[in-house]
Amino acid sequence: MLVFFILRGGDGMKLRQKKTMTAYLFLLIPLVFFVFVRFVPTIYAFWLSLTDWNIISPKMNFVGLDNFRELFSDTVFLKALGNTFKYVLYGVPLVLALSFVISLLLNAIQKGQAFYRLIYVMPYITPLVAVSWVWRWMYQRPPIGVINGLLSFVGLPTQRFLFSMDQALIAIVVTTVWVNLGYCVVIFLAGLQTIPREYLEASKIDGANRLQVLTKITIPLLNPVIVFLVVTQSILFLRIFTQVYNMTDQGSGGPLNSTKPLVLYIYQKAFLSFEMGAASSATVVLFGIILLITLLQFQLLKRRIQY
Amino acid sequence: MTRSDRLVRILSYITLTALIVVMVFPFLWMASSSFKSTDEIYSLTYFPNKPILDNYREIFGSSLFLRWLLNSAIIAVITTISVLFFDSLIGFTLAKYSFPGKRIIFVLILSTLMIPTEMLVIPWYIMSSRLGWLDSYWGIMFPGMMSAFGVFLMRQFMESVPDDLLDAARIDGMSEFGIFLRITLPLVKPALATLAIFNFIGDWNAFLWPLIVSSTPKMYTLPVGLAYFSSENLMRWEMIMTGSTVSTIPLIIVFLLFQKHIVKGIALTGLKG
Repeated sequence: MLVFFILRGGDGMKLRQKKTMTAYLFLLIPLVFFVFVRFVPTIYAFWLSLTDWNIISPKMNFVGLDNFRELFSDTVFLKALGNTFKYVLYGVPLVLALSFVISLLLNAIQKGQAFYRLIYVMPYITPLVAVSWVWRWMYQRPPIGVINGLLSFVGLPTQRFLFSMDQALIAIVVTTVWVNLGYCVVIFLAGLQTIPREYLEASKIDGANRLQVLTKITIPLLNPVIVFLVVTQSILFLRIFTQVYNMTDQGSGGPLNSTKPLVLYIYQKAFLSFEMGAASSATVVLFGIILLITLLQFQLLKRRIQY
Repeated sequence: MTRSDRLVRILSYITLTALIVVMVFPFLWMASSSFKSTDEIYSLTYFPNKPILDNYREIFGSSLFLRWLLNSAIIAVITTISVLFFDSLIGFTLAKYSFPGKRIIFVLILSTLMIPTEMLVIPWYIMSSRLGWLDSYWGIMFPGMMSAFGVFLMRQFMESVPDDLLDAARIDGMSEFGIFLRITLPLVKPALATLAIFNFIGDWNAFLWPLIVSSTPKMYTLPVGLAYFSSENLMRWEMIMTGSTVSTIPLIIVFLLFQKHIVKGIALTGLKG
């Protein structure tokens, strides 16, 4: 009996050691990957942000926070930062409000829900570069732009859209909302369908009207979904690049920097003027903003609403 | 059902159908324009009076579009296979073994989700230029060979695989890797499918990094190629729309084939970042 026990125990030990070894073996390549393609580059980006390095010179001098000081006195950077916030402030409420209404409508119908949802999601999986060029063309001046064609057909004044300093950014927001709408609809709809029917019926029996049901039951219960979407959409708009690169003249973020977001500023600094140090500082600023929003999400999600 | 319920339903149908026009019109406009001649492109007709295939002939004949299609396909397929393999292996290891450092490894991998790609492209570029990876398939692919999000997803699904099943296979003398490959992988097929589709779409559409790392037109992926082609052919909108149509069609096919997975995948997790 005792011998049997020891044998089994011994075997167990061996098996355990073998399994531990196997686990490390399986994780070997992945760990190398995550360390050298994720962590080391992150640390390197922080380090670069404190240097004056441009890729042509062999010298890399430590300059402390000089880059950040210069960034915040660079009018183009401040413009890009402001534009980035504009993208978020216009885009996120617009896409959330629209997708919320659409998901409520979808939830109200019974037949064809899957079909409508499918059509709405289509732009989301389409290559953004193609989407950008199609919209860029639709936004063209009369007589070649189809949106202006439509405007003059119904008797409204035509617009300059991408050629106008006031409208270009909004035009890009509209395109982006068109792209992201379906994604938000799917998430909202999934959220709506988790709300127990009994709550809605009970409130109706208690005499609540539609608006009361919406504001007192539906929206509070959707709180986690709303927070999730606000955060993910904010991050998406903060990182806006492809649309602007493809919808503005020569990827410049024009007219006159009026659409240039942070990432385009970073791209130009790093890969057109090769100021790697200054560009890295700008990425650190972007990282800081994203981190802040993510932490805010955790704070907001702590306050779960329960009935 | 009350009368007001019925009214709400009818109004919903009307609004939703009107919205379909907004969602679909750009696609139709793009496709219809690709069949127009240079003369007809500016006339704003919805359907070309004389549909022509010349634009497609030109795109496939004298531009690099076929090469870009091939590049994108190679890159998307290889990175997707790599992500499927490694992410499920990591997920399996983290879910089914206990070993020192397991928690910290999981947290470290997940924490990389917080790092925006934009921050990494500069170090990746410097790394690639030192190692001679610029302007190569490997240079385009290496940052996406594994995904932290996929690890998170696969670990969750791997946890649902019963331990008894694995132990039974061990008693039968199967190797640990064999257990992973032949016992667990078939059981998490739905998760693999979701991960594969989203990864494929993400790789196919990726723009910033391929734009940075590739410098000769021959190495461009389809999105980078399309951006380049469009700015070279500025104002030749019929050609730009043909190029856009060519880049979109493969994804529409993937989308129609896997629509259920895609919608479920979004609802499940909220992917793409």
